[in-house]
Amino acid sequence: MNLVLEAKNINKHFHKPKDFHVLKNISFGVKQGEFASIMGKSGSGKSTLLYILSTMDTDYTGELSINNQLVTGKSQRELSQIRNKNIGFVFQFHYLLSEFSVLENVMLPAKKLAEKSHAEIEKDAHRKLEMLHIGHLAHQRASRISGGEKQRVAIARALINDPTILMGDEPTGNLDSHNSENVFNIFKNLKEEQGLSLLVVTHDEDFAKRTDRIIQMEDGMIIGH
Amino acid sequence: MINWSVILGIAKTHLVTKMKSTVTATLGVTFGIGAYITLVSFMTGLNGMLDDLVLNQTPHIHMYNEIRPSETQPISRYQEFKDAMNFVHSIKPKQNQEKIHNALPILSYLKKHPNVRGATPQLRAQIFYLSGSIELGGNLVGVDIIEEVRLSNIQDNIVEGTPEALKNNTNGILLGAGLAEKMSLSIGDRVQISTVAGDIFPLKIVGIYQSGIAEIDNVQSFANLNTVQRILGESENYVTDINIKLLNIAESEPMARSLEKQFNVKAVDINEANAQFETGSNIRNLITYAVSITLLIVAGFGIYNILNMLIYEKMKDIAILKATGFSGKDVQYIFMAQAILIGILGGFLGLLIGFGLSHLIDNTPFETDALPTITTYPVNFNGTYYFIGIAFALISTFVAGYLPSNRAKKIDPVKIIRGT
Repeated sequence: MNLVLEAKNINKHFHKPKDFHVLKNISFGVKQGEFASIMGKSGSGKSTLLYILSTMDTDYTGELSINNQLVTGKSQRELSQIRNKNIGFVFQFHYLLSEFSVLENVMLPAKKLAEKSHAEIEKDAHRKLEMLHIGHLAHQRASRISGGEKQRVAIARALINDPTILMGDEPTGNLDSHNSENVFNIFKNLKEEQGLSLLVVTHDEDFAKRTDRIIQMEDGMIIGH
Repeated sequence: MINWSVILGIAKTHLVTKMKSTVTATLGVTFGIGAYITLVSFMTGLNGMLDDLVLNQTPHIHMYNEIRPSETQPISRYQEFKDAMNFVHSIKPKQNQEKIHNALPILSYLKKHPNVRGATPQLRAQIFYLSGSIELGGNLVGVDIIEEVRLSNIQDNIVEGTPEALKNNTNGILLGAGLAEKMSLSIGDRVQISTVAGDIFPLKIVGIYQSGIAEIDNVQSFANLNTVQRILGESENYVTDINIKLLNIAESEPMARSLEKQFNVKAVDINEANAQFETGSNIRNLITYAVSITLLIVAGFGIYNILNMLIYEKMKDIAILKATGFSGKDVQYIFMAQAILIGILGGFLGLLIGFGLSHLIDNTPFETDALPTITTYPVNFNGTYYFIGIAFALISTFVAGYLPSNRAKKIDPVKIIRGT
């Protein structure tokens, strides 16, 4: 099956305060339409790996391909374009821009991509919000809505450019069980209904168990997947 | 690929939501530029007035016979002492006539010269003004008054009477204002003058002359050229000075040199005569610019500070923008745009305030006896200063915005998001 994300022999060192080999020969792939989760104890390197996979961290050795296209060694400018177009990211904290309205937050990455007209982008953003049942919040300030709602807005923002893969760094880590369930169901639906690939780092064992595949990490190595 | 509407949209939202900082930074620029415009307009206006006061009274080239010793003493011409060392003690000035030799042919030559706007003959005579038993020393200048009016600003300085009145009265005199006051004389009165030789002439006061420079007004009067020639008992070609106005003032120096050679007279050009005045103007300009630039730099630091703080506050926003696909350049442009918007807004407001203040100063009464033609403070409304002002506002905000925005460009989103 087609791999949307492939890592080959990824190694990373932290140089400060002293040399520390944080990722050791990581190789794995995420298939089209797969919902994978990365689990591991704190310090096992799972978040570090995720940020390398997201192209934001370029300080590593090895090869990373997205959509069968090698991204290792590309310029920051090209990488930001790849992130913009192909990768949706959901963090533990929502990281919405508080001065902007919910709708504007969702629209920003699409405006940056500039492949569609303003009206089309706005329509898309409304559709994504509706899909996540927060259409009524579109014109609220991003700072005025609840935590669970914010996380759903962040997901809508991650989806606006119809990315190849959605990555999450403990997207439910800061939510209560009800909202966590909600977010999980959204992810599940995205996979089932739209064939989206997902890669989620999580501490939550219940969450991980319900995904297609668990990648278990320890001491910078993948010990099972 | 840079999407300006998105970048400007974000910049605008930042500015609007941080209204207080925006206003502070903008006002910094506004006051800097406003003060610059006001200061420079006022200072150059003042400089211009002082220049006019002195320079317009100075001809571009002034020709006269200078009293000086011969450059070559006779003994140097004697061949037999060629190899000897000659000492000459107590050298006296060369016996020389005061009048310019061949003045009338020189004048008609000058009037045909392509770069000459006009040349006027003058006759300066040492005289005494008699008031009862009191004798006041001074001088009387014989002029062709109509030509003087055409070529200099003498008309501005005739505070009472008219130049025509002098022209029409062969015994008329334009009396210096200081003299008129000392001798309690006014238009229509008669004043007696005595030449150095002791001849006494009564003259009718047809006007009062006030240059604004007391040293001149206390000693100098004007009469018609032939009146003075008659008083001195000299012929019609007796002229001691020739004043020349040129079409191209830059030519004054070389032309003075060539006239000196051609006619064997002393010719002083305007720059030579007013060298110390130029220096004064330049130093005043220097001070103006130093103060203005200081003001603008202070405004620039204000912007630098505020943007730095803004970027510190917006670390997380910057990180998320980068995570969702904005490049470092995009983020830099967002903050640069804010600085430049502040610069444009503050700069134009500053121009307006500067114009308003200049206008206010321009309409403030300023009356002084020394300057009869001035009623309000002089202000120079020169478009160049407004251009320099807005250019400096943009440049300084650009620099002030560049440094912090460059920091924003380099922020590592992973570090911010992971909180390390």
